[in-house]
Amino acid sequence: MKKLLFVTLAFMLTNIIWAQDIPSVQIKDLNNKNILSKDLFKGENMVILSFWATWCKPCIKELDAYNENIEEWAEETGVELIAISVDNTRSMSRVAPFVNGRGWENIQFYLDPNEDFKRAMNVVNIPHTLLLDREGNILWQHNSYTEGDEYELYDVIKEQTK
Amino acid sequence: MATIKNLLGLGFVILFSCSISKAQNNEGQVHGNVQIDAQVYKTDSIIGAEVPPSRMGFNSYANLNYTKGNFTAGLRYEGYMNAMLGYDEEYNDVGIPIRYISYRSDELEITVGSFYDQFGNGLIFRSYEDKSLGYDNAMDGIKIKFNPYKGVYLKGFTGKQRKYFDLGPGIIRGIDGEFLINDIFESMSALKSQVILGGSFVSKYQKDENPVYNLPENVGAFSSRFTFINGGFNLNGEYAYKYPDPHPDVIDQYNYNTKFGDVILVNATYSRKGLGVFLSVKRVDNMSYRSDRNATLNNLNINFIPSITKNHTYALAAMYPYVTQPNGELGLQGEVIYNFKKETFLGGKYGTNLTVNFSQVNSLKTTPTANYEKYESEYLAIGDELYYRDLNVKVHKKINNKWKVDLNYLNLKFNNNILKLILDESGSSTFGMLDANILVADVSYKIKSRQTLRLELQGLFTEQDKGDWASGLLEYTLAPKWFLAFSDQYNYGNENDKVHYFNIAAGYKKKANRIQIGYGRQREGVVCIGGVCRNVPASSGFNISITSSF
Repeated sequence: MKKLLFVTLAFMLTNIIWAQDIPSVQIKDLNNKNILSKDLFKGENMVILSFWATWCKPCIKELDAYNENIEEWAEETGVELIAISVDNTRSMSRVAPFVNGRGWENIQFYLDPNEDFKRAMNVVNIPHTLLLDREGNILWQHNSYTEGDEYELYDVIKEQTK
Repeated sequence: MATIKNLLGLGFVILFSCSISKAQNNEGQVHGNVQIDAQVYKTDSIIGAEVPPSRMGFNSYANLNYTKGNFTAGLRYEGYMNAMLGYDEEYNDVGIPIRYISYRSDELEITVGSFYDQFGNGLIFRSYEDKSLGYDNAMDGIKIKFNPYKGVYLKGFTGKQRKYFDLGPGIIRGIDGEFLINDIFESMSALKSQVILGGSFVSKYQKDENPVYNLPENVGAFSSRFTFINGGFNLNGEYAYKYPDPHPDVIDQYNYNTKFGDVILVNATYSRKGLGVFLSVKRVDNMSYRSDRNATLNNLNINFIPSITKNHTYALAAMYPYVTQPNGELGLQGEVIYNFKKETFLGGKYGTNLTVNFSQVNSLKTTPTANYEKYESEYLAIGDELYYRDLNVKVHKKINNKWKVDLNYLNLKFNNNILKLILDESGSSTFGMLDANILVADVSYKIKSRQTLRLELQGLFTEQDKGDWASGLLEYTLAPKWFLAFSDQYNYGNENDKVHYFNIAAGYKKKANRIQIGYGRQREGVVCIGGVCRNVPASSGFNISITSSF
């Protein structure tokens, strides 16, 4: 039984065409309203999707860096920035005061308290950032954050808009 | 059971096979990830690190998800050969514990096989996983989500819970409804105030095989919740009630009690640009709820009671973590985050961010009774015993384009008699109330646009347990690919053993692939996330970690 499953999988992997639409999972906005993840991609432009949490130090550094740059990037390329918090119900209520208190004005925030969207996007650890086109195809993705990584993302965005 | 598994497996094969033939014409997608954590252990008598018989710990995971139109199917491989120290030995196996097929349209979602979900805050049902804790109470069964009308969200499921590579003996059933009032009534859609109401019911069934007691085989729990929003103000709360559920995992004199359980959780927040305020209150009484009444540790929990304290992540600040006491506690937490604007006296050129957080948890006021309920608790009274108190202040400041500074101060009171985090060989607490002051300075300096040096200095000062600690970390990063870090934790206040825990780690990442290697000593400690903890024994040796998403 198991063998059969593996053979099928192996076969599938060698044959598949790598194109996709975005997984549709229920997430919440900062007002606790339910939203389907695929509705994040209704716009015309590319989307930066960044998974983070209020207790994750490198995530906060990363969003600080994006928040500083995103206005400029959006003007040049139209890219949008969406941050998905995976804070569970221990810290989910802290997300709105945290982002406002931090002064992050240029980012759209959503909540994924049981990590359903994180799992659907195959994220292992946070921070994890993806760049997607408007159909939800993954153009680029990046795990963890070190200062200066935003320049690489900017290069990729520029390249995609050429 | 075996037949069902085979059938489900067969279903997968058919689905995958069909998908393959179609995928070549139409579009379909395969995504997944791989994670490997391994350590080669070395004997180190100074810190009491021992080598397990297999000499090596090796945890490996791989997820594979296939999406085609409205269908998704996926599976997870897990292999522990053997499980790393600190993970339960019952994980020592290889297999495919997670596999599912799911259909999703805008209104309807049906999942068969493994699934995760939660109702409201999780007070009566939460199924989730956290690999760093070895925690996974995935459901195996069927789940339906239905959105019949704008603003109405219904969920229902029935299933059994994962326990290592097996399933627990109990069956869990649950329904949940969430109602966005402003969406349902069109006349309210333009109102500034918004209201969301929700309610759920969960029931578990487990056969009573107890030779002494006549125990209830079905135990139900219900909860109701609300959210009220007006501009930057948000008030939300949930109350949950559990019917009598006699079980042994309670403090000795109250075990097998027939008292009901309940929990109330209320959060209020206010925020506007540059200011965030958060206040939270929680009362928990007799709320341990498992699908096997004899289960212990982190096994087969049906519900999740979030801790009402801040989750600290700096190494020394996280040394004495608080974890929810489901058998009874009363707690509150408050936090203010304020951003001093640019070009002001305290803001400087780039602004200054200040966070002040306070939390305290006490016992309930309980009185033993002579009947089978065994005790009663006063609702509004605060118990005399302090479990935990935490006052912490954090300042974040960008000084200029090169320098950034984070400063943290914490004062902790930690009642080890109750929380039983540090125990001696006979299982008794080695100290009572711990009082600690902790200082952390985290400074980063940008050498060039893609090169950063980060220094982290920490001190923990206490008279109790192992006394004072100092810790330092120096990290060099070369974006976007490389990092190198040296760290040491020094237990200089320990009169018996002034031990250094020295570590070196280096990493390379490219896109969503990351590899990290390290060598050194790890102190004995506890890893906690949410309300769940895992004890990690002292170890020494070489470790490697690989993650990849595709």
